[in-house]
Amino acid sequence: MKQLVRVWLCTAFAVFGMTAVAIAQAQQPLKIGIVTFLSGPAAGPFGVPARNAAEVLFENLNAGKLPAPYATKGFGGATVEIAFVDEAGPATKQVADFRNLAQRVDLVIGYVSSGNCLAIAPVAEELNKLTVFFDCGTPRIFEDATYKYVFRTHPTATMDSVGAALYVLDRNPKLKSIAGLNQNYAWGQDSWNDFEAAVKMLKPGIEVKTSQMPKLFAGQFGAEISTLLSSNSDVIHSSFWGGDLEALILQAGPRNLFKKSTVVLTTGETVMFRLGDKIPDGTVIGARGMHGVLAPASELNKWFRAEYLARYQVPPVYPSYHMAQAILGTKTAYEKAQAANGGNAPTQDQIIAAFENLTYESPSGKVQLAIGKGHQAVQGTAYGTSKLVKGQLTITNIKSYPPEKVNPPDGVKSEDWIKSGFKSK
Amino acid sequence: MMDHTLRVLLGVAALLLAGLPFMPQWLAFLITLALARGLVVLGLVLLMRTGLVSFGQGLYYCLGAYAAALLDHAAGIHDAALMLLAALLVPVVVALVLGLLLASYRGIFFAMLSLAFSMIVFGLLIKTSALGSSDGFNVATRSIFGIAIADGYNGRVFMAATVILSGIAAGALHHYLNSHLGRLSAAIRDNELRVEYLGASVRNVVHLNYVIAAALGGIGGGLTALAVGHIDPDMAYWTTSGEFVFVAVLSGTGNVLAPFFGSVIFEAIRTLANQYAPNIWQMTLGLAMLAIIMFLPAGLWALFRRKTRAA
Amino acid sequence: MSDLLAVVIDGIIYSSWLFIMAAGLTLIYGVMKILNIAHGSLYALGAYLSASLVGWWLAGGHDPYGSYAMLAAAALLVGLVMGPLLERGLLRLMYGRDEVVLLLITYAVFLILEDVIKLVWGVDSLYVSQPYDLLGNFDIGELSYPVYNVVLVGSAVVTGAAIAWALHSTRHGKMLLAVIHDREVSGAMGVNVDRVYLVTFTVGTMLAAIGGAVTAPTLAVSAGMGVEVIVLSFAVVVIGGLGSLGGAALGALIVGLVRSAAVHYWPAVELFSVYSVMAMVLIARPKGLFSTAEARRI
Repeated sequence: MKQLVRVWLCTAFAVFGMTAVAIAQAQQPLKIGIVTFLSGPAAGPFGVPARNAAEVLFENLNAGKLPAPYATKGFGGATVEIAFVDEAGPATKQVADFRNLAQRVDLVIGYVSSGNCLAIAPVAEELNKLTVFFDCGTPRIFEDATYKYVFRTHPTATMDSVGAALYVLDRNPKLKSIAGLNQNYAWGQDSWNDFEAAVKMLKPGIEVKTSQMPKLFAGQFGAEISTLLSSNSDVIHSSFWGGDLEALILQAGPRNLFKKSTVVLTTGETVMFRLGDKIPDGTVIGARGMHGVLAPASELNKWFRAEYLARYQVPPVYPSYHMAQAILGTKTAYEKAQAANGGNAPTQDQIIAAFENLTYESPSGKVQLAIGKGHQAVQGTAYGTSKLVKGQLTITNIKSYPPEKVNPPDGVKSEDWIKSGFKSK
Repeated sequence: MMDHTLRVLLGVAALLLAGLPFMPQWLAFLITLALARGLVVLGLVLLMRTGLVSFGQGLYYCLGAYAAALLDHAAGIHDAALMLLAALLVPVVVALVLGLLLASYRGIFFAMLSLAFSMIVFGLLIKTSALGSSDGFNVATRSIFGIAIADGYNGRVFMAATVILSGIAAGALHHYLNSHLGRLSAAIRDNELRVEYLGASVRNVVHLNYVIAAALGGIGGGLTALAVGHIDPDMAYWTTSGEFVFVAVLSGTGNVLAPFFGSVIFEAIRTLANQYAPNIWQMTLGLAMLAIIMFLPAGLWALFRRKTRAA
Repeated sequence: MSDLLAVVIDGIIYSSWLFIMAAGLTLIYGVMKILNIAHGSLYALGAYLSASLVGWWLAGGHDPYGSYAMLAAAALLVGLVMGPLLERGLLRLMYGRDEVVLLLITYAVFLILEDVIKLVWGVDSLYVSQPYDLLGNFDIGELSYPVYNVVLVGSAVVTGAAIAWALHSTRHGKMLLAVIHDREVSGAMGVNVDRVYLVTFTVGTMLAAIGGAVTAPTLAVSAGMGVEVIVLSFAVVVIGGLGSLGGAALGALIVGLVRSAAVHYWPAVELFSVYSVMAMVLIARPKGLFSTAEARRI
């Protein structure tokens, strides 16, 4: 019997321990949970630049130091407190952490991984918790389902591939062959499939030399580079990111792959400040949107870059812009709802109503929540080509594409949109 | 006649079910997840008692989850009971086949071959873009035994189902371990040759235990799929399998309740570490693990046993 | 024809890297019966320290060729500090426990080291490509390879030869082989098993760090780089037969060539290549290619 008592005591202790943790977090000002990679391979290139952007923005927002139109203190005058959660680990862990986080905060901004976004969306819906996705790319979220509590304030990854296809053909209309080097998981496969389909649609009869799909985080690409070298393709498309992308540049650069073919790096902007002169001239650099060096000039962008640079000694990269975009969108929706509510703190439903179909300004230009029943953003995108000027990496030949040219219209799936020849309904 | 373990089992299960209506949703979810994973670990404990360690138990966890989820995804069946049945049957069939081969492997080679199989399945799933590749897909459940589940009650229904299934599995396995065949398992771990000389077939016992472990893994995976509402190939990745081995050793293999207790503690440590030390949660987990291995050589379960003896 | 040549060259380069990793793992397993999961972290540690030391050396304006010495120093340092630290400070307390418990201890060490690396070096990747670029390229047909790859293959051959020589031609090596063969009997014959363990673990750690050091210039040294390496080198070791140096060499060669052939001829199956080879080898030879018969205990 004594054993029984002990098991019960221990179980009860564990349960109460966890409940106490939950209660200790009493509801204070406005609490926002931020979920992003703080460890693992995605932390350096994505997670931490995003976290840094959140810190810069909220600190200045709470002090009322942002330029117009975001000069109000906090969210509509209310101070904002943030809690960070690490996104590393499998989707089951993310769902458990989200459920825990949801009862501690008023709303959640987060998620870099598409798999995590897919898993979290129905849970946010079940818990009636406003959740804003800030970086994940898969179009499936609002194409396969409809959500009330979920928003995404940046375009899907389809835009990145279609934009890349438009750019390489604009730069070289005589393009004859393409090849791919992408990581073997959903992001890499989708990026390549969209790019291949878009190029084939824009220029029928183009030859696909090879599609290399090494394992994610393989780190060693000697054999792949040899294959690409002997394939003699005009263009090589790669959606590599993080350590794999840097390894590719370091390994392929000395072997002249970049001289032989035009290499398109759709997330190239994340490493351009780190690798600098290692990136050979003529490489096509993308930033998954008009972010960073591809952003249109504005007071807001100037302020954001300067403030971020001063604090972290490196310029912000596109995940930082994605985060800024998510935060400012939420702030705009909150304040719009507050105004409609006679200046009182809005309810969650009021914020959601204000958020749907919202248009607002971000450091990377105008954001329109135009598709996915008003929950999914569209934006224009831009690509550029690298060139070293006195040892400094610069981006030349920047070409931008308006939102409707690189995003499907509302209610059309990305895949069908590309196959239809980019019909605008 | 009821022995000690069964009494404790019934007591804890009753306590959890009684507490269910008063529990916050996140806690119910955490317990559901911990118990579902506990089922997988229970299967590993059975294998360990036979002297085998599988680094590929994620294979069955994943197969169970995909079997349940595919009923929803491909066949349009949203009934939890049917989905769990699929989660049980598919892994059992696969284990019957793979077991023919694996039953003659021991030690590190058993571990690595099972790892190879789970990694091949992981690779296949990554390649299958129709099933969402590495992103996986969502699972919706609408009813259980044909009775519709009201909105917002999913979590509680799944927890109840998990508690009941875990209870049944633990009770049945406890019975099995005390039976003739169950006792042969321990004998096989100690010395196979002697068991053969006694006239028993080592191969058949190992094969049977392998299939039982797969069934438990599949049910655990199926329950996880229902509770989480999303599945992905990570469930078959070696780190998932590694975590199961880790929890099995931390829990101790002495009692069928140990895996569940160990699994709950593991989830609790992980959640707290992630909340209070999001930057060093891995280190916290590692240190906790070292402490347990060092101070509780027989696993967490020894917390109870040793003191009982002293008393 | 040049295609086949490329397959072989790419395969051998990859194999060299695999072999250095696998040699340390198989040595530790052979002597101590520990499947060391922390091997991946020690590899990462070697790479990080190399990147830091080379960076510091070049920042000081020293002769760039000295950076190769820095790589060696980093490997040596990690081996001599971490090896004895882990063996004396931790593993020693656990000998006699189950194999799987020892494995879990190394898993715990792996988790701890992952965060230690993050605390020391941060989450941003490091790169020091000077040693890679310094030696220039050589051309084979239309393909161009950095000369550094020759250094990589060379260090694998030298490492393999040095271990083989030490094992078969020195007194300590022979003692070590005796311990691999039968720990109890060699202890009874007066071999200081305690010391053999310390030396083995230190050498094994150093090999992991050498793996990290020679790889560091070719890639971005980044968080989580150790994870992928672990299972890959497990597979190599198991294919070859645990505890066998020749087996590790053959396993590395097979895995390297198969992977390279897959990339060149059939990229779609690259993801499975390693594990399929492992499964096939184990099915055909249940204890790996170079296995030794074990006495049956009655």
